[in-house]
Amino acid sequence: MTTRIDRRMAKLKAEGRPALVTYIMGGDPDYETSLSIMKALPVSGSDVIELGMPFSDPMADGPAIQAAGLRALKGGQTLARTLKMASEFRAGDDETPIVLMGYYNPIYIYGVDRFLADAKASGIDGLIVVDLPPEMDEELCIPALKAGVNFIRLATPTTDDKRLPKVLENTSGFVYYVSMTGITGSALADTAKVSAAVTRIKGHTALPVCVGFGVKTAEQARVIGASADGVVVGTAIVNAVANVLGPKGEKTADPAEAVATLVSGLAQGVRSARLAAAE
Amino acid sequence: MNKPAMPNSFRTGPDEQGMFGIFGGRFVAETLMPLILDLEEQWNHAKNDPEFKAELQNLSTHYAGRPSKLYFAEGLTKHLGGAKVYFKREDLNHTGSHKINNCLGQILLAKRMGKKRIIAETGAGQHGVASATVAARFGYPCVVYMGATDVARQSPNVFRMKLLGAEVRPVTAGHGTLKDAMNEALRDWVTNVEDTYYLIGTAAGPHPYPEMVRDFQSVIGSEARAQMLEQEGRLPDVIIAAVGGGSNAIGLFHPFLDDKEVRIIGIEAGGRGLDGVEHCASMNAGRPGVLHGNRTYLLQNADGQILDGHSISAGLDYPGVGPEHSWLRDSGRVRYEPILDDEALEAFQLTTRVEGIIPALESAHAIAHAMKIVPKMDKDQLVIVNLSGRGDKDVHTVAKMLGMEI
Repeated sequence: MTTRIDRRMAKLKAEGRPALVTYIMGGDPDYETSLSIMKALPVSGSDVIELGMPFSDPMADGPAIQAAGLRALKGGQTLARTLKMASEFRAGDDETPIVLMGYYNPIYIYGVDRFLADAKASGIDGLIVVDLPPEMDEELCIPALKAGVNFIRLATPTTDDKRLPKVLENTSGFVYYVSMTGITGSALADTAKVSAAVTRIKGHTALPVCVGFGVKTAEQARVIGASADGVVVGTAIVNAVANVLGPKGEKTADPAEAVATLVSGLAQGVRSARLAAAE
Repeated sequence: MNKPAMPNSFRTGPDEQGMFGIFGGRFVAETLMPLILDLEEQWNHAKNDPEFKAELQNLSTHYAGRPSKLYFAEGLTKHLGGAKVYFKREDLNHTGSHKINNCLGQILLAKRMGKKRIIAETGAGQHGVASATVAARFGYPCVVYMGATDVARQSPNVFRMKLLGAEVRPVTAGHGTLKDAMNEALRDWVTNVEDTYYLIGTAAGPHPYPEMVRDFQSVIGSEARAQMLEQEGRLPDVIIAAVGGGSNAIGLFHPFLDDKEVRIIGIEAGGRGLDGVEHCASMNAGRPGVLHGNRTYLLQNADGQILDGHSISAGLDYPGVGPEHSWLRDSGRVRYEPILDDEALEAFQLTTRVEGIIPALESAHAIAHAMKIVPKMDKDQLVIVNLSGRGDKDVHTVAKMLGMEI
């Protein structure tokens, strides 16, 4: 069965350009603002939305996304509200794929079966759960695949050729290549190395390979997008929200507008990626 | 398969996936997965390697000072007027707690694996000090992550770590306690995968850590069991240990798990009471969830967000517990009881006065439970309390609680 992710990736491939995958933290800084940011993403050129599920202990995230998660939790965000946000978005946009990204515990506590049913009903297309490696596939990955929800796995620089097949085995939608060993928001790794890694992974799978961790500017998106099927931007977007919040969390400008400006620039970056590569 | 099934043994876990029943496992980011698999492989080789065992044995004896004594606490026994109380004197080990047992084992493993840098998390600072100690002894740079709250309340240990050449990085996230320190250590590890060895201090985290730390700490129970047989000619009736992450407790308990006549009691930090959120009694007031690489009992809200908890004792101030304890709880083999801050404080003072031993606040929780049950037991019954560490580090905290300035 094909999902919105498969359809979107196929369409972009036909257009000959990489996808712009944008991450926002669900409920940051509050539900309504976050929903308005989410709605602004496709309009500004985002092709796939990663919707962060806030967690109290985000072990793979850097300070920016940690802070965003705390703002969201403080604003009353829960997993149920993140799902509600997705379904409200879905009411006005039935094409842009939504991938939920976060950590396992809130899903485990919500109940895996109930979560998958509600996620499906809310128009969720895929899941990225950072702390569920292939060794724990029985927990959520297998049930998700059965429910028709893509389970998108992270491949990292430590995932060698021996391990790659295991990582790719139950992956669907796309493969998320983490450009470096480290937490989100660190400096971008050597782009030549990233391209080599993308080529290596493509030797093992027909799935699209999107690259994230460290991509902040349109120029970086352009360079990474020359070899990758998609470019993921997270921390820069989360920072765009944080930058228009005052010391007490009050809005000093419209966060949706700030995000839209950034994403428009990034969208131009990915749209010129293959042109530049062809030169 | 000629090996007989042992359905009644509590000592066979974890399984190959690192599970103790539904608990344990390997819930980590992909970046760390190859490292954890490598660690497991290296550990499986090391634990059966006579050379590794001999080196650890030698260091345990001549550097750490093992075996630690099983001491008849006559003063406390008289005071309580019931069963005979014995202390397993882990406080007499080098660095002042049981933590050195695990650190010596893991530093030898790090050396074997060719790692260049050691990181550790610490709550009370006991594990941080033990890590800094073995890093100094074996010539490794060492970074210790410690919650900012703990840095403030355990300042003597912070200074000790610095003297030993370690860098102490205060962590301000959350309540600035052990949970936050562990998050930050994991972030360091995921960034510095090539050269760094993560020396986890408790019997928790992703497989193989819970098993490995337990095996290094089981020397406590093995010695205590043999010592009790030698000194009293029989096994104890009750053994008690405090449980934060649970390494001193699993170390004492594991060798006794199949001795059905021995009652085993783990003590959780009851803080200011289990009614509110100011405690760390994850097995009495929490529910199973996934954090820090394993599934275990956790303090959390209805949305699966982890709570911070509270304990007077920095070493028990953790919203989770090692997965084997969760399994032992559910299987009914070990009972877990809470002890309040005030009760621990009272035990701390009493032990100091009647035994001339200043126990760590963590260990004082275990003693406090002994104070409750020993008077109701017969005089010919035997109780072992794990005196997991000495309390010098806690004098500032205790003085503050008692309203004194030092």
